[in-house]
Amino acid sequence: MSDLRTELKQSIIVQLNLEELTIEDIDNNDSLFGDGLGLDSIDALELIVLLEKDYGIKLTDPNQGKEIFISINKMAEYIESHRTK
Amino acid sequence: MMDILLQEDSIISPLGFSTSENIKAIKAGNSGLQFHENSRIQNGGCYAGILDASLLADKFSDIGDAKKFTKLEQMMLLATQSVLNSNQLNLSETALIISSTKGNIDLLDNSQNFSKNRASLNYLARVIQEFFGFKHKPIIVSNACISGGLAVAIAKRFIQVGKFNDAIVVAGDLVSDFVTSGFQSFQSLSATPCKPFSKNRDGISLGEAAAAILVSNKERKGNNISLVGDATSNDANHISGPSRTGEGLYKSIQRALQESKLSASEIDYLCAHGTATIFNDEMEAVAFNRAELVHVPINSFKGFYGHTLGASALIENILTKHSLLNNELYPSLNFEGLGVSKPINIIQKFEKKELKTALKTASGFGGCNLAMILKKSFNGYS
Amino acid sequence: MDIARKHFITNSIRIKNGKIFLNKETILSLDPKIDFSQFLKDAYKQLALKYPKYHKMDSLCKLGVLGSTILLRDQDFTENTALVFSNASSSHDIDIKHKQSMESIVSPAVFVYTLPNIVLGEISIKHKLQSENVFFIEDQFNADLLVDYSETLLKSGKASSVVCGWIELKNDQYDVLLCLVSNNGEIPFTREKLEELYRFDNE
Repeated sequence: MSDLRTELKQSIIVQLNLEELTIEDIDNNDSLFGDGLGLDSIDALELIVLLEKDYGIKLTDPNQGKEIFISINKMAEYIESHRTK
Repeated sequence: MMDILLQEDSIISPLGFSTSENIKAIKAGNSGLQFHENSRIQNGGCYAGILDASLLADKFSDIGDAKKFTKLEQMMLLATQSVLNSNQLNLSETALIISSTKGNIDLLDNSQNFSKNRASLNYLARVIQEFFGFKHKPIIVSNACISGGLAVAIAKRFIQVGKFNDAIVVAGDLVSDFVTSGFQSFQSLSATPCKPFSKNRDGISLGEAAAAILVSNKERKGNNISLVGDATSNDANHISGPSRTGEGLYKSIQRALQESKLSASEIDYLCAHGTATIFNDEMEAVAFNRAELVHVPINSFKGFYGHTLGASALIENILTKHSLLNNELYPSLNFEGLGVSKPINIIQKFEKKELKTALKTASGFGGCNLAMILKKSFNGYS
Repeated sequence: MDIARKHFITNSIRIKNGKIFLNKETILSLDPKIDFSQFLKDAYKQLALKYPKYHKMDSLCKLGVLGSTILLRDQDFTENTALVFSNASSSHDIDIKHKQSMESIVSPAVFVYTLPNIVLGEISIKHKLQSENVFFIEDQFNADLLVDYSETLLKSGKASSVVCGWIELKNDQYDVLLCLVSNNGEIPFTREKLEELYRFDNE
């Protein structure tokens, strides 16, 4: 289970070009947007692409993202119950 | 400062092959938006304003061999020709200003009958220059969705410092797979024909069109409208998300008003950008409220054309000009109840009304915003 | 235009062949053979940009933010500083990347950079500039257009200073000249002087 979280952190760092961050810098409960990692609206769209590419999850409603991309823990929970690959 | 006049113009779009055909269609409430199948897109396609290629080629055959020109070139050449037809211009002195965001971008992959070099904006400009024999190298403006209006502002600014007296501004963009797939990834394509400023709006519809206009400091036949103020301002906030405070748009409106020596209360009509995305329309409403334009009749033409990118602000400038000349307010198509947090006065039905001044605005990726103020010349009443 | 005498090239930055020059002085010289993305990374580190957003940008924006940051360091400028940029290839390299991604899944973070003026947006955000912007496309460096247009903005009061220049990028080949133009300085803002700065080669 924690493997998925580590994997997620790694791919978020790569996919969103968070060059100056390492896996250790991101806490499972850190908020991804706002005061936490400070991600923005393009990052949110990029996370939707990541879900589709890596886990075969298609989000069609951009508002869905708001409930999923809260923290690494929330994302991992969603992926565990919805992944198709 | 000398008067800069917006003169002969032309619009080539799914609504028609001249400005008058376009205005006729708008008055009849016709939209160019139709469902187009495209397997790349969720739902198997999207609503877009796409020009019929064979109809275009047929029209183009009056002035050239359609097989030798791309669709966009045909559109932009036709628009330019139409403006040149009605004026005796000395092409060794007339400036040519071209506006496009992506030009012939779909040629990049060599999949069509043209070389991929032709995808470049420089190539596109050279085709237009050489077709008519403009002596001076064209000026090319590529500044996202404000390009078409910015090109007109640039013409004015250069005329005012004496760089030239006449400029033909030509703008055009296509509904390309390149752009459609991008907006799809942004999840900003509307499932229905776009509904600017409406409650249930859910994104843009794309469109394609070309337009041309003569900008000059010389009085000529016909009715002239003056461009009396223009400004751009960057939000300095986000490259794709509109500013929540409408900062750049507000600033550009203030600066344009200042140059025109008009106050907000003297504006008779406001032609908005109105793309129908949730955030853009909300941002505009905020900016218009800050600028005290709450009561000014407003419309967006995107419901008729879709978003024609680098052409949109020129087309809408031309339509604004004709609204003033005809003393007519055209309804904002597909409006279904106000869906922005601040009050604005959306034009819901066709109206005849004495109009003297108008404000045209546009905003685009990169945080750019543009405001232009048009005014009836003293001797320009119809 | 005689008015040109009143404005000066306060500062200039040149980026080419692994080198960065500030007012014709070398401030960074890297092996011209290192690949372009490595150059952008090394330059960021060595010039201490400290702006993590940089890493999210496409190469054209990285060039622009890198250049403008060094250009504007320790300079007096207000939010009313206009950006007048030009190049030949628009957003060519990222266009190709987007085009390739169309074969599979399109990336919004790539698509958003497929307009040349995005670099003006990134620079405006970095330096809090809320002024006039324009991106011109030219087949080659055209000092006349840059001087004439910048002068219209300064002369009409639409801007109090201007950053103008050339920012070309095609197939990882880059060629950048940016100038801060204001009331301060010694080099008159003329076509000849701008040409000279562009042609300048210190090798």
